Amino acid sequence: MSRIRLKHSIRKGDFCLDVDTDIPATGITGVFGESGSGKTTLLRCIAGLDGSQHGLPPVHERRIGFVFQVPQLFSHLSVQKNIEYGMRRNSDAVVSVNEIARLLEVDGLLDRSVTELSGGEAQRVSIARVLCQSPRLILMDEPLSALDERRRNEVLPYLDRLHAETSVPIIYVSHNIDEICRLSDHLLVLDDGKVVAEGGLQDTLTRIDLPQLGGRNSGAVIEATQARYDEDYDLTLFSFSGGELWVAGRHESTSARLRISASDISLSRVAAESTTILNILPAIIESTLPETAATELVQLRLGDDILVARITRRSLQQMKLCAGDEIFVQIKSVTVRR
Amino acid sequence: MAPLFLSIKLASVTTVILIILGAPLSWWLSQSRSRWQPVVQAIVAMPIVLPPTVLGFYLLVVLGPHGAIGSWWVQLTGDTLTFSFVGLVIASCLYSLPFAVQPMQNAFESLSRKNLEAAWTLGASKLDAFLSVAVPLSIRGFVSAAVLSFAHTLGEFGVVLMVGGNIPGETRVVSIAIYDHVETLNYAAANRLSVVLIVFAFVALFGMFLLNRRWQSR
Repeated sequence: MSRIRLKHSIRKGDFCLDVDTDIPATGITGVFGESGSGKTTLLRCIAGLDGSQHGLPPVHERRIGFVFQVPQLFSHLSVQKNIEYGMRRNSDAVVSVNEIARLLEVDGLLDRSVTELSGGEAQRVSIARVLCQSPRLILMDEPLSALDERRRNEVLPYLDRLHAETSVPIIYVSHNIDEICRLSDHLLVLDDGKVVAEGGLQDTLTRIDLPQLGGRNSGAVIEATQARYDEDYDLTLFSFSGGELWVAGRHESTSARLRISASDISLSRVAAESTTILNILPAIIESTLPETAATELVQLRLGDDILVARITRRSLQQMKLCAGDEIFVQIKSVTVRR
Repeated sequence: MAPLFLSIKLASVTTVILIILGAPLSWWLSQSRSRWQPVVQAIVAMPIVLPPTVLGFYLLVVLGPHGAIGSWWVQLTGDTLTFSFVGLVIASCLYSLPFAVQPMQNAFESLSRKNLEAAWTLGASKLDAFLSVAVPLSIRGFVSAAVLSFAHTLGEFGVVLMVGGNIPGETRVVSIAIYDHVETLNYAAANRLSVVLIVFAFVALFGMFLLNRRWQSR
């Protein structure tokens, strides 16, 4: 599989970005990090807007689409003219404006002035505009962070669609772990301008040695397929390599990505029978690592999948939990991310 | 009425030149972080504070048949630059420059840089993005620049008097003609031309402010 080389360094006052890595040339690569970790600067370097561009083609010849936090539509042009802006400037762009407008459901807005759009609509238009330039790579800089919860949900499904229907690699920057879990296939973790981890989403998320993925961000995602829907209780059963999981509500898709947060898992030596917890599965402890003075993170293997649990250090010691132990995981909540 | 038409011709030519040459200069002033930027900015603004006679005096020296530019012009065309329409255009352009540059520069400064970056990443070269995004979004600044340089050129007197003199059909613009009429105690003629100028100045400025207000409320 071909990969995209990212090699960028830039100094801005006290901050120094120094990245030299490569990412897959397919799917969505999430770039995760706290604000100030250099995520946006990295994207700007890739686009050619920042950093040393010695010997590289100028920004406008790179064909790298950039979706900004705020849509940056041109207010003197209609929605249609905005969408066509990039296409007109890349003469070999073989795209259908109508098709792309339909994909993002902005086909009804084409005649509008961009000043009449809602935040979610404007961001969808800006994504359509980037697609129409037929880019070789798309960069997205927290495209949902300027939107409120409701507007965000107006855009997210289209990003899923984009992921499913385009072969253009996407680099998606966010400090929101839920967005990353939902959208990306591959994860790159930045901290203070350096890449601290890089790899497949599942493998990287379940690493317990990364403080950047600790706290409320710790948890795992697993890919599962729908087994059946229980109408009586409104529960959906998903199966994955480590067993089966009940999830509240009805879910349409046959395959799903499930997110299980480290704080929603507890461990037990025996399979509890009288409990309100629906999902209890056997697992093997892979490793444990102290997180804070009070808590430990535990990596658990279920089939081919890895989950992460947060337990107290006291429980770890009292139960004498060690790597290799067979254990039961009690999963309090599972969310469907895709 | 000949002086009035000459004035309008002079103001039109000056305005067109100032918009074309002033736009890139304003753009540079709005974007540059060079240490020369404040120097250029100050030079451009000087005609606002200097007495027109100072500007007129040096233009007379430089544009005159023995001056740096004037002598070259004589070699090239056989004519002198001073006391000619072309000389007047050069003088007017310098004199009205700040009135063209400042509105355009203000408009360019209020553009969002990200908007331009978006245009570049979409495949527009710097020049293309300037013409297709920066200029249309700054149209208010261009209108203000055009109205102000036109009106200001129409109203100039000192510089014209020194550089152009008073040659009918060539350099006798309306402000000179009014002065002439007053000198010869022809108050009726002076009044006629003055009223035309007052009405024009009001209509032009009123139209500009009205347009600005309408654009603001959008």
